[in-house]
Amino acid sequence: MNTNNASRKEFLAALLTTGLVAAGCSSNKKSPFEAFAAEDVKETGEKVKLLSVDGEVIEVDRAYLKPVPEMPPVSNSEARIGMAGKKFVMVIDLSRCKNLRKCQNACNHMHHLHTGLSWLKVYPMHEDEHTAPYWQPTTCMHCDEPPCVKVCPVDATFKRQDGIVLIDNDRCIGCRFCMAACPYSTRVFNWESPDITEEIAKQPYSCESSVPQKKGTVGKCDFCPDMVRQGELPHCVSACPNGTFFFGDLNEDTVTNGAETFRFSDLIKDKAGYRLMDDLGTKPSVYYLPPVNRNFPFESGLENS
Amino acid sequence: MENSLNKEQIIADLLPQKFGRRGVIWVAILVGFCLVGLFAYYRQARYGLIVTSMRDYASWGIYISNFVFFVAISLVGSLITAVLRLTGVSWSTPLTRISEIIAVSAITFAAIIIVVDMGRPERFINLLFYGRLQSPIIWDVIVITTYFFISLLLLYIPLMPDLKIMIEAKQKEGKKVPKFYLFLGSFWKDTFMQSRLSKRAIHILCIAIIPVAFCIHTVTSWLFATTYRPGWDSTNFGAYFISGAFLVGAGAVLLAMVVLRKVYNLDKYITNDHFDRMGKITVMLGMLYLYFNVNEYLVPAFKMKKSEADHLNDLFTGSFAPVFWSAIFLNMLLPITILLFKRGRRPIPMFIAGIMIVVGAWFKRYLIVTPTLLHPFLPMHNVPKSYLHYFPSWEEWAIAMGSLAGALLVITIFVRIFPIIPIKETISEFHETTHK
Repeated sequence: MNTNNASRKEFLAALLTTGLVAAGCSSNKKSPFEAFAAEDVKETGEKVKLLSVDGEVIEVDRAYLKPVPEMPPVSNSEARIGMAGKKFVMVIDLSRCKNLRKCQNACNHMHHLHTGLSWLKVYPMHEDEHTAPYWQPTTCMHCDEPPCVKVCPVDATFKRQDGIVLIDNDRCIGCRFCMAACPYSTRVFNWESPDITEEIAKQPYSCESSVPQKKGTVGKCDFCPDMVRQGELPHCVSACPNGTFFFGDLNEDTVTNGAETFRFSDLIKDKAGYRLMDDLGTKPSVYYLPPVNRNFPFESGLENS
Repeated sequence: MENSLNKEQIIADLLPQKFGRRGVIWVAILVGFCLVGLFAYYRQARYGLIVTSMRDYASWGIYISNFVFFVAISLVGSLITAVLRLTGVSWSTPLTRISEIIAVSAITFAAIIIVVDMGRPERFINLLFYGRLQSPIIWDVIVITTYFFISLLLLYIPLMPDLKIMIEAKQKEGKKVPKFYLFLGSFWKDTFMQSRLSKRAIHILCIAIIPVAFCIHTVTSWLFATTYRPGWDSTNFGAYFISGAFLVGAGAVLLAMVVLRKVYNLDKYITNDHFDRMGKITVMLGMLYLYFNVNEYLVPAFKMKKSEADHLNDLFTGSFAPVFWSAIFLNMLLPITILLFKRGRRPIPMFIAGIMIVVGAWFKRYLIVTPTLLHPFLPMHNVPKSYLHYFPSWEEWAIAMGSLAGALLVITIFVRIFPIIPIKETISEFHETTHK
């Protein structure tokens, strides 16, 4: 994973450099990199292929690629406001879930959660003897009337204009009132120092990435706003092989699981979408499609539990 | 018998006395408990709350129930000093200072134990920097601070004339007066103006403390009642908590009366009449709390809504049943039964009743906090085994017991350095009765 991360960083660096090159190349077309490279750079002779903004493939010596320092993408105050004009929603299609928990693994992995902690849970739901059992994944509901935000004494958990509820782990005092207040049992606590690598622990913290998690503070699903800013889907959505999770923007009325895209309002209307414990008045941003015409029998999920 | 007491005799009887051998052992035991608690807290500060048995479901444990217990017991200050004083009850005079020091000590340790429960105690100051009024925790911070200062004033203002008496007594014996007493009391000249001001101040504070006392425990109950959880989602909670608080506070006063009377030979000041009256008050408070308990459990048990049913069955007949029924009997049914009879309203049975009330009340608070958390709306699934149950770790026990010992230590030290029965007020009361 670490090597993967490194190559990804380098690739981003390359993109940034080519961006600069493209901006400056009109005046100096012959040796575009010389103008920007420091004088003591020694060429390694190893060429890397890059795609320029013009769509041309160009070759650049590896020595000119500089790793971009890992910076939080947005400031804390920006992260508290959220993305303008957006209202993020999720739709979870219960007919597609067979308790593979790829979503959970991807989420735990990408957020570097402490062993045993999971933000995302998959529950076997069986209301009564004569009702049908089904698998129910839960994320944070990102309620529009969030009980957790109401009770937080220090504004460490907050509601943004794009509908996302986040936690500022640098401010959280660890009173755990939010955990008591949340009816969806969505919040987890870092009872000890998270077992993360030193490299991850040194990363500058951002409420949007929720990395690194900190001892004595509360954590929960963050709807991956850092991924969304990069134009990508939350980790659980892209990790599910069955396309159970759909993510999107209510204002655009669109949700997608990566492979299929639906008009949100039609999807909810056609499949009778509902929200969990709607009677509590929390107004969740996560909608569920009932487990009808299932892709898998309930029993097929038992082998994973 | 009362008429035989003159002023000098009262002063000599009521001045604080040095600890005897029993006193030294008692203090040593308390200090021992505190030290073990401190060591446990050092471990918690170092390794995190992982040293407790709390996990994501039972995310609050005996720290929080201990907090509720402390807040509850601190209400006694307002009951004995304010409610009884304002209603013109004069027999409560010897008990005012005892109950006020119990209140101050308990509310102090309530604040300490809530910091102990925090995952990041060093960020406590965030409550001032980023505090938001919408959170019941901030309400609690505000009212508890207010209550602490009013209680402290209600302890201090009636103490000033007694400090003068103490200073004079020391001077008469030719002993050096500790600076501490001079600092606290030397400006009290006992002028007409000063007594009038102090009387008015006490009167105003007695009125002011009643709503604040109701606030501290109502807000504490709202920490639970403002959530959706079965067992907490109740409109009954404020009154239920306050009635329980008055009961446990009365229980604590019963204990203090028996112990202080025995240790300091205060039979002339804490009389059988005091026990009789205090016993009657305790019966009334016990029945009141019982009434709210019936409301709290019987009404949801009649309906047995699905989410409530799991919780209630676990309390009535499930894994919490032994603790639940013990608490109901110890905290309410048995003490009420004992104190209903005149023969029960004597020092020894009342001491037993007092212990039952206080111990039962401690477990009652535990039953309010933890079972609810172990019955969430969504099933507890695919979590480590340790998440499914809660039994406090040794560190939690040590810290909780250490905090209780700390509160007792504060009271003990207070009794050592100040007269626990108000001297001045006792003198003037005897004066009034003899001149009638």
